[in-house]
Amino acid sequence: MEAIQKHFFSDIGVMFGRSMRHIFRSMDTIITVTIMPIAFMLLFVYVFGGAIQSGADNYVNYLLPGILLIAIASGISYTAYRLFIDMQRGLFERLHSMPIARSTILWGHVLTSLVSNAISVVVIILVALFMGFRSSAGVLSWLAVAGILALFTLTLTWIAVIAGLSAKSVDGASAFSYPILFLPFISSAFVPTKSMPPVVRAFADNQPVNSIVDAVRSLLAGRHVGNDIWIALAWCLGILVVAYVFAMRVYKHKVS
Amino acid sequence: MQNTAIQVKGLQKSYKQLHVLNGVDFEVKQGSIFALLGSNGAGKTTIVKILTTLLKQDSGIAAVNRFDVALKPEHVRQSISLTGQFAAVDEILTGRENLIMMGKLRHLNNPRQVTEDLLHRFGLTDAANRRVSTYSGGMRRRLDLAMSLVGKPHLIFLDEPTTGLDPEARIEVWKIVKELADGGTTVFLTTQYLEEAEQLADRIAILHEGRIIANGTLSELKKLFPQAKVEYVEKQPTLEEIFLAIVGKKEEK
Ligand SMILES: Nc1ncnc2c1ncn2[C@@H]1O[C@H](COP(=O)(O)OP(=O)(O)O)[C@@H](O)[C@H]1O
Ligand SMILES: [Mg+2]
Repeated sequence: MEAIQKHFFSDIGVMFGRSMRHIFRSMDTIITVTIMPIAFMLLFVYVFGGAIQSGADNYVNYLLPGILLIAIASGISYTAYRLFIDMQRGLFERLHSMPIARSTILWGHVLTSLVSNAISVVVIILVALFMGFRSSAGVLSWLAVAGILALFTLTLTWIAVIAGLSAKSVDGASAFSYPILFLPFISSAFVPTKSMPPVVRAFADNQPVNSIVDAVRSLLAGRHVGNDIWIALAWCLGILVVAYVFAMRVYKHKVS
Repeated sequence: MQNTAIQVKGLQKSYKQLHVLNGVDFEVKQGSIFALLGSNGAGKTTIVKILTTLLKQDSGIAAVNRFDVALKPEHVRQSISLTGQFAAVDEILTGRENLIMMGKLRHLNNPRQVTEDLLHRFGLTDAANRRVSTYSGGMRRRLDLAMSLVGKPHLIFLDEPTTGLDPEARIEVWKIVKELADGGTTVFLTTQYLEEAEQLADRIAILHEGRIIANGTLSELKKLFPQAKVEYVEKQPTLEEIFLAIVGKKEEK
């Protein structure tokens, strides 16, 4: 109906405003999604950094992309959590029996995920600047970095939607993020893959997070990016499409 | 059938092997309070979900305000409001924020004014700025009801509105339901409590083993009760006795 179409975006805005309130009122979320990655960054730079042969003259520059991905991966577990809680508490049923578009609540969560992760990424970059992070990237490279990170967030968000909708318990809703959280550790995020044993290295070099880390790092360093960016985009887009289709199926099944 | 708010005919619904509804029929008049009485697991919530467009029936017809729930769900949603079995409130927001959110989603011109009025009416003004997670069960239920009333729906579904509430909170909810009906709102409520149906409803339907086994006003239902054999007993049958008698009769067949 026309009225429903007309209000679609403002309704999503209402749901978005609400879940942003949830985030700012939950110390736990803020700590996990920004303070923990920052602590990691401090630990790696000031404790382990001296021993790591990264090849970069400034380890913060080397480390930052991986830290950002870890922040995003822990951020989306809260997306799944919030979705699960809304479903469990009956908010889905309340909204679905009202004259608003059915997908409003889902898109509200997706938008919240994008914006809240963008905020934590910006905060972490600011802290990195204090720690000596420097970039010679131009505006276009920064835009490309923003684009890749947004796409990565969106991809993980739709995976989070699947997890949140199909979970049976609160813990189940966020458990899916642990393997994702682990991927940056088995990539070039902290140390160059050259130093790894062949089998581990083969995995590290060819998993999705590695290409994203490498692409973002090259862009920030103002270097030529090469194929990494296309591989990174292909991974993200491919997983995004599959996750979206699957999430929508789960959703249709849940709300039929 | 100008004044029929809900019409249900031959409604069937199974969850896989489990046949929950086996041909349910009833009608609800506009402006009345209709109680669907049934024990736990009888299928009350299933009926509410079908009528509020959350679940599709397997067969049979259900119409709300003369719109078929399966064919015209958007039209049905325009005029109804659901208060589910468990309070659907946002724990992290305050009571006021919950109501304002509903006002915005109902696209009211004055969500704040409506919110203040409802807070006042439901005795929540003092707690309005507190997070709902600090509310008692009764306050939560009141907020839940208030949220359902934002936008003045013509027909409101209350699924076990007083289950889990203490007697005082229960009486408050009853008062609200009566006020709603006095204001012309049609109320469809489900309950396990015979007393609740007796107190509130203009008509009572008893759901048992997937069918409506009795449907009528309280006095009509009382007539169904087998006449007492011993003349000098003056006590009127309670609805509980009526219920047990009818259920017993069905099971003998
Ligand atoms: N989604 C579902 N899947 C399978 N069985 C269900 C589902 N929902 C309800 N049931 C079963 O259907 C029966 C009726 O449930 P319900 O309508 O919730 O009853 P009531 O509200 O009267 O307690 C119960 O036995 C319940 O376990
Ligand atoms: Mg129920």
